[in-house]
Amino acid sequence: MSILTIATTDVELDGEGFFAHPEQWTEAMVPELARREGIDPLTDAHWTVIRFMRSEYLAKGTGPTVRVLGKTSGVSVKELYQLFPKGPAKVAARIAGIPKPRGCI
Amino acid sequence: MSTRIVILGAGTGGTLAANRLRKLFPEREVAITVVDQDDRHVYQPGLLFVPFGMTQTADIVRPRHRQLHDGVAFRQSAIERVDIGSRQVHLVDGAALDYDVLVVATGAVLVPEETEGLTGPGWMDKVFTFYTPEGAAALGAALATFDGGRIVVDIVDMPIKCPVAPLEFCFLADWYFAQRGIRDRVELVYATPLDAAFTKPVAAGHLGGMLADKHVELVTEFNAGEVDGAAGRITSYDGRQLDFDLAVVVPVHGGAPYVGRSPGLGDELHFVPTDEHTLQSKAAPEIFVIGDAANVPASKAGSVTHFEGETLIGNVRRFLAGEPLEARFDGHANCFIETGFNKALLIDFNYDTEPLPGHFPASLGLPLLKESRLNHLGKRAFQWFYWHNLLAGREIPGIGSAMPTAGKNAAAGGGRE
Repeated sequence: MSILTIATTDVELDGEGFFAHPEQWTEAMVPELARREGIDPLTDAHWTVIRFMRSEYLAKGTGPTVRVLGKTSGVSVKELYQLFPKGPAKVAARIAGIPKPRGCI
Repeated sequence: MSTRIVILGAGTGGTLAANRLRKLFPEREVAITVVDQDDRHVYQPGLLFVPFGMTQTADIVRPRHRQLHDGVAFRQSAIERVDIGSRQVHLVDGAALDYDVLVVATGAVLVPEETEGLTGPGWMDKVFTFYTPEGAAALGAALATFDGGRIVVDIVDMPIKCPVAPLEFCFLADWYFAQRGIRDRVELVYATPLDAAFTKPVAAGHLGGMLADKHVELVTEFNAGEVDGAAGRITSYDGRQLDFDLAVVVPVHGGAPYVGRSPGLGDELHFVPTDEHTLQSKAAPEIFVIGDAANVPASKAGSVTHFEGETLIGNVRRFLAGEPLEARFDGHANCFIETGFNKALLIDFNYDTEPLPGHFPASLGLPLLKESRLNHLGKRAFQWFYWHNLLAGREIPGIGSAMPTAGKNAAAGGGRE
């Protein structure tokens, strides 16, 4: 566990950098979280994926895997890797303030 | 009018469910119909041994209908779709089956077409899978004439059936080429989308160490995006490349295609959203799910399906009697892992407890997370139990459905012996 101060709020992260308490997340934190993951500039396409991850998590209790993202988000797996080269599901989950997607476990 | 139970799929889960339900309900009260598109029941754990000539495909396939007890109707047809609202299964042959309870047991299917190039040039020539009888036999023929080079074993994406099988393939390949006296001419690479050799940390430590001991290179977080059989190269989405002379690929898996044609039944991958403890589907209260077809967070493995049987049968009975369901299934899985040289290790775990060292099912039992000849003999003998006891719905003596804790060393943590 570690504490990160972001957009003037202290948030708790787990050992792998995922939000321990997803309810601490706000959209205002996204630009700074994205920069920490090496994503700059943050484009509309990034936002699409991040918002989709967040809504899937809120609806289903876990974020989608890359394969499911590719089938459901409207963004192909190839494009997802162009947007998040270090691994779309994990990186987008960290920026969307949700736990590690279950399929990655 | 009698109650109608329709079971989709006559593999491990569908067969054991049909036979157990037949024993539970008199024929005059409950009619049981099992549907499958073909009449070939494959003992899937045997597929691993086919490429190494340790068994033949003919020895691991039996007619499905012969595994079903008297009083269970077998209907051979592909399934078009399930209509949840009218409680009907539409078959491709045009018939419709009405049900009061539906048991989905159609497992997982391979979807190699989903990976660019995988079924293109080189498929079944230098790119194989051992997850089908045909693929395992073709791979066996290729290994028999392989006299040196680089073999890449790649899992394209999770979930897959029997997540330990690709590791076992590496261990057996190490042994196979050692027996042939050419191990020093064969390079073995194990590529996985996971961040370690296995999904669970303690076992991943043991198994990763064993890969290193056997000189199998481990490549982690490798998400295969494209397979080029002609060039002998697998490229990951993040641009890494693995060159091979022969590739053994575990393609992505999905649920049965009819699930995708049945509005409200499945998820994006055509697995059926299911309560992980009661095995009731989330689609409708009268639909239950057993085995690989369910989206529960357990391994897709025959042992899980077997252990689910007790909960499933009990809850179908409770549902029909109007009683509350019991949330009993704990995610119990029990897997023999062949490690070559006539040895195997055993792991035993559930939703909450990862595989630990110790003994199974109690302190005088088989060693856990440790190689032994006894475990290897257990694995090879298991096929007899499968056909005679497990499918028939009989218990295996001394092995209950819930995960045992006696004999396990919870304090041992991740240390390798």
